[in-house]
Formats: sequence, C-alpha cells, structure tokens
Amino acid sequence: MDPMEAIKITFFQECEEQLAELEGGLLAMEAGEADSEVVNAVFRAVHSIKGGAGAFGLDDLVRFSHVFETALDEVRTGRLAPDPNTVLKVMLRAADVLADLVRAARDGGVIDEARVQQIAAELAGCGAGGGHHDETPAGAEPAIEFTPLAFAMPVLEPELPPAPATHEWIIRFQPKSELYANANEAALLLRELSQLGAMTVELDSSMLPQLDALDPEGAYLSWTITLTTERTETEIREVFEFVDGDCELSVESAEPQVVAPTPDVFDVMALIQKVQAAPEMAAAPPLAPPASPPAATAVVAPRPSPPAAAAAAAAPAEAANGQGRADAAAAAPTIRVDLERVDRLIDLVGELVINQAMLSQRVMEAGIAGASAIGMGLDELEQLSREIQDSVMAIRAQPVKSVFQRMSRLAREVAAMTGKQVRLVTDGEGTEVDKTVIERLADPLTHMIRNAIDHGLEDAAGRLAAGKPVEGTVRLSAGHRSGRIVIEISDDGAGINRTKVREIAVERGLVSPDAVLSDDETDNLIFLPGFSTASVVSDISGRGVGMDVVKRSIQSLGGRISISSRPGKGSIFVMSLPLTLAVLDGMVVSLNEQTLVVPLTAIVETLQPKSSNVYGMGGDARVIAVRDAYVPLIDVGLLLGYRTDAMPAGEGVALLIESDGGGRAALLVDAIQGQRQVVIKSLEANYRHVPGIAAATILGDGRVALILDIDSIVAVSRTGDLATEPKLAMVS
Amino acid sequence: MSMTILTVDDSRTMRDMLRLALVQAGYEVVQAEDGVHGLEVLATSNPDVIVTDINMPRMDGFGFIEGVRADAKHRAIPILVLTTESDAEKKNRARQAGATGWIVKPFDPVKLVEAIRRVAA
Repeated sequence: MDPMEAIKITFFQECEEQLAELEGGLLAMEAGEADSEVVNAVFRAVHSIKGGAGAFGLDDLVRFSHVFETALDEVRTGRLAPDPNTVLKVMLRAADVLADLVRAARDGGVIDEARVQQIAAELAGCGAGGGHHDETPAGAEPAIEFTPLAFAMPVLEPELPPAPATHEWIIRFQPKSELYANANEAALLLRELSQLGAMTVELDSSMLPQLDALDPEGAYLSWTITLTTERTETEIREVFEFVDGDCELSVESAEPQVVAPTPDVFDVMALIQKVQAAPEMAAAPPLAPPASPPAATAVVAPRPSPPAAAAAAAAPAEAANGQGRADAAAAAPTIRVDLERVDRLIDLVGELVINQAMLSQRVMEAGIAGASAIGMGLDELEQLSREIQDSVMAIRAQPVKSVFQRMSRLAREVAAMTGKQVRLVTDGEGTEVDKTVIERLADPLTHMIRNAIDHGLEDAAGRLAAGKPVEGTVRLSAGHRSGRIVIEISDDGAGINRTKVREIAVERGLVSPDAVLSDDETDNLIFLPGFSTASVVSDISGRGVGMDVVKRSIQSLGGRISISSRPGKGSIFVMSLPLTLAVLDGMVVSLNEQTLVVPLTAIVETLQPKSSNVYGMGGDARVIAVRDAYVPLIDVGLLLGYRTDAMPAGEGVALLIESDGGGRAALLVDAIQGQRQVVIKSLEANYRHVPGIAAATILGDGRVALILDIDSIVAVSRTGDLATEPKLAMVS
Repeated sequence: MSMTILTVDDSRTMRDMLRLALVQAGYEVVQAEDGVHGLEVLATSNPDVIVTDINMPRMDGFGFIEGVRADAKHRAIPILVLTTESDAEKKNRARQAGATGWIVKPFDPVKLVEAIRRVAA
C-alpha cells in the first residue's frame, strides 16, 4: 500500500478517537464538570483533525474544523464563556457535523452543505459575540478560508522576478547570546546565505574580550557579508527568519543608486572598499562546505559553549542510536494487534484450561493425594491457567464508553425530531466488557434510547401538567454486578400505559382477553414479537424494529433484559450481559450417561420431584407444582431423543429455570454433577445448529458436553416438540 | 552516519507522516507522544535535531522545549516547532522557550527536510 494511504487510514482511526474525546469533553463542559485540561483536550482534538485534514488536502474538513477551532480557542482563552444553553449546544452540534465530515471524507457520500454552513455560521457567531473576530463575520460562508502559511524557504525553484539581474548586498549580522541559547548557529546561517550567491565574509572579533573575562555563553562576534545574488532583500532576510530579534541585522544594497540614505551609508561604502582592497579575506566560493570561512572557523573554540557541546554530543549520538530507538519503542504505551491473533490466543488459553482440568482429573483418578507435590503443583497450575485466562479476556475488554458516546448524539437528534427537551445522563462509561459484546450492543441501545425519548418521555405540555421539569432525563448506566455487566436505561417519563399495552396485546392476539397478568407480566408484553406501543408508528421508533428484536439481540449475547415501570414516574430497562462470550458458568448434569451443561444464570432453583407433585396433562406433557404455581416439567432426555420412554415421576432431579422472556419450566435430568466454568465452543461453527442446544464444551475428562439452549427449550414446553429438526440423538 | 531526529507529537497521523518523510530523507527517527514522553526518550537517545508539536496533553511543546534547554546535556540541540499557528505571538513564545525555528503545518516533506538541514550542524 502507498504509505500515505496507510497513514490516511491511521488518520481516520485517530479522528474517531478525537471525535469521541471531543464529544465527551463537550458533554463534561455542558455538565459544568470540565476543568481547563478538558477544555484543552477538546481544543486539541479539533486542532489535530484540522492538522491531519490539511495534510491530506481534505479542504471541507479543514475549513469547518478551522471555524470550530477558532471558537474553541475563544473558550480556551476565556474570551468566550461556555454557556451550556447556547455556546455548548452549538458546539455539540458542530461536533456532530465534524463527525459527518470526517466520515464523508473517509467513506465518500453526500454532506448536507447547508447544515455545515449554518453550524459554521453559528460557531463563528459565538466567537463574534466576544467581539474578537475580524476574520469570521457571522453568516459569511467561505470568508473563513484557511490558508496555510507556506514555509518560505530560499529554495531553488525560483519564482524569478522579471529581470533576474544580480545585485550586490551588504549584510551586517551580529548575533545576540539568545541566538546561541536557542541552538542557532552563526556558521549555519552563513552557510545558508552562501547558497544564494557568491559571497565574501568578514569577521569582526574586536568585541572579543580576554579569555579571563569571556562569558562562555556570551556573543562577541559579528560578520559583514558581501553577497552577489539575483535574490531579493526579502529572500535574504528569510535566511535569518529563525533568528529575527535574536541578532542585529541589516541588509542593504551595495549599489549606490538604490541605497536609501541611512546613517550607515558611510560605513557600507567604507566596508566595500575595505573588502575590495583585501581580496585575500574573501571566503570560500559559493556552495562551499559548511562553516568554511576561515575567519569563522578560527573562532569556533572561544565561542559560546552550546554549539561546541552539540558537536561533542554528536559522536555519542551515533553510538547510542540503536539503543535510543529501542527504548523509544519500549516506552510506547499501546500496541495494535490483529483481533484474529487475540482470538487465537483466547482459543488456545481455552484449550489450556481444558487440558489442565483433564490433567487434574487424571491425577485424581490415579489416586495421587491432593496434598502431594504433584497435587500442589497442579493447584498452582490451575490458578495460573485461570489468571492467564482472565488476562487474555481482558485484552478483548473495552470500556463501554465508545458506544455510550454514540448515544448522546442520538439523543440530541431524536430530541430535535420529536421537539422534546432531553438530557442524557451517562454513568459508568469506564465499565469494561468484551469487544464483541460492545459492538453488538449499539443497535439495541440505539433502539431503546429512541424508544425512551419517543415513547417514554411526555411532551412539554404533558410534563408541565404532571408537575415535572420540561426537560426530560434519560439515564444510561453500566456497571459490573456479580460477574456480569448490567446496563440500565431509565427515563422519567409517564411509564408504561398498562391498559393500552394490554389492549394492544389482546387486539393482536398475543394474549387471551381473559388472561390474568401481573403488572410486570403486562410490561413485558412489549417484548413480544409484533408489538408496537405507538398507535401512530413514528418516524423515529418505527423502523420496523420492535422490542422483540432488541430482546433477541440481547439474548444472542447471552444476556437478559427486563423492564419495570411505575405509572407517572418512568420506566427502567435492565440488561444483564456476560462479560465475555467465551466462558460460561454452568451447572453440569448427567442424563442417560450423557453430560449436559445448563447455563447457571437461567437456573432459579433445583428440586426433587415427588410423584405427588407431578401431574399428567395428556400425552407426554406433565406439570410440576412448585409452591403455589404449576410449571411445565420437561423431560430433557425425551425431548432431545436420548430415550424413548418418559422418566417415571418422582425420579431424577428437576432444575427450575427461567428463560430471558420470563417463561418458566422445570428440566428433568438424572443427576447434578456440580457447577463449573466452561469454555464455550460453537457447535454451529464446527458442526451445525442443533435445536435445543446452544453450544458445546469440552469437560475435564475430555468428553464433549452440550450446553442447553434454555430459551428454545422453554419455547418447546409451550409447543410440545422441537419443531421439525431431527432430534439430537438421531443426528449423532 | 545519518542524523537522528526526535519527533514529539501526540497525533499518530502526524507521527507516521513525520517518520515517513524523515526516513525517506535518510534520517534515523525516534518518536515520542507528548512532552513528558519526549523528555523520557531524550534521556536515552541523542538526537541531532528535535521536531515538536505545541498542543499536546500532559506537557505541551513550550514546556518540553524549556525542559530540553534546562538540561545541560541537551541545550544545544536544535529544536523545530511544528505549528499550524502562523502568528507571530506563537513563534515568539516558542522562541522564548528556546525553539530554534519552526515549520508550519501542514508540512511539505521537502520543506521539513529543508528546515532540518538548515538548523543541523
């Protein structure tokens, strides 16, 4: 790949990071929680985007970021107060526009030019309010032209003046000590000058004191240079651009007719004569090697020490080069690794854990005592394996911040579309979770935030009538709770309208008209496929996605979602997700000499079914009485085809499970072996989808155990059979 | 006997571009991500020229230059400041801090190398 193309990819990646930083910073400023470091970081983010965009000639991006940067600079320097209701509102929308421009530059696509112009004008207007703007009048569009100031170098691509006549110039140059202190070098400047034409150099060392009075950091030397060149005075002065102010400099034409009558004229003429009278003082020809004027080299030693130190430092520099580079590389705090490699590592560590478990089992079977050296060594190995596993999982973990930040933009957009005032409060952005989980959270979260604003919050009139502030609050929080990540989305709206929900559910045939439902059960009806609470399907929520889709995507991550709602107070959605998709806490059970794993999160309790508690329902269907309720009793062996006859009532163990949808069932198995963390191996990737089975794992004894898919099993308990697919036992 | 250039810039894009331009020009390149990191890198390397950005987290370019100049071992290293700001005030501040010269962003690789050549012994 063209190296610049590769850098461009980096640039866009970096832009994403900076956009996130920008938005986060602006939100902190809006909340009044920003210190000057945050403001600086915000400024830097835009500044960097502009810098990179300039390098790649992305002019739209440069122009807009320049306006944005200018406004931010006003804030940074305290000339513009970051008012949350005016300035920051504009800036947040500007951040959205900037993000769009970055993405348009990256992916191509159309930009809403009018919107860009409008926000740019508003931004410029913010700054103009401070009265410091001459370059960006409000409303003016391309008046805000960013013109990179070219580095004016006396390079040899001559934009020649019409008549390139050679002129003779007299240049007097007297460095001050500051010039040397900033690591500039008189000799280098002379070398530079020598590139412009033929020159002679004369050193004036008359100011040089006796050695005992010499300040090693002082400046005592001056030079008079006679230069014959086609260049203009400006070009000559550009050589001294870096030392402007750190030296006395005069550049004058040696030809009397163009010389301005200055007090120096007499001296100049005298100097010319002196130079002409003493041609042996003429220095090396033009383009001579550096520092060649003999007069100059002669005085290098007594000159201020810094240049000498530089020369001395040069030698070790060469020797230390390799070392220096290595150290610089080691100091880099992050590295970028292909995700594939990390996944391969995770896979291998999974194998390691399994292997270690097998080894432990073999050792136990061999009758070696746990307290023996081997036993203790194995314990250590187990601990190490576990730590390695945790560390490797941590590589894939990322803070949820990235997805949370997208939500605040979404909230602004939905608020604008619905005409509601909304404040999105986020909490726990630092909570880390597996990268895949984060990626797959974006869609459901988007939908739920939309819903919360569109359906959850009342309109302004409604809120006022209910005695609430006009601005509604939507809260998005994340946190770790007992080995899982819990994400909550709450709003302070009207809550679920249960009467209406029930009406709709009945109308669509989702529940029977005479069903007795608790409040929670009613609330959870919104997760049923084909349910949409808005009587008018709005543009915002009605994108053909219902809460059932949200629920399914959360479930596919091994997560659960539930809602609770209080009329007039608002609703809260709670999602609980596994930290990783690679490991599962499972209950290991045996069934017909097979071993199965039931996800621990689904298990409510275990019980010993008594024949007096089990009731036949016709056919194979049975229910079991659990306290005052009846739940379907599912004979897993029968369901999966491990055996053809039902297990007699009163035998085996029942696991009371609850699916993510809240449906309950009792699974009948032979016995419980215990609970254990298992490494998930996809069955679909290695074989194919099997109904009732979510995945597989390898146990300590090396046998494959299947992990039950609770949801499909609970669904089966309603329909009676595992659809049309062949039963597992027949498949194998 | 190529020269070593230390670049200090918080932007990965800019670091990559500087590295590309400098390596193509035959320089050895060491890089740092901000002023603090720059001083750390400097402790273990001896660059011939330093190119630094101004706006950086932790320690900005001004602070970094002052840090370099305060160290007797490094006070004579030419330092070029990368700046999109072309106004005299920024240049003056950089020079007061001890900068040798400046390069205006977005830089042209030819001009970058030219500026380095200009200040390097």
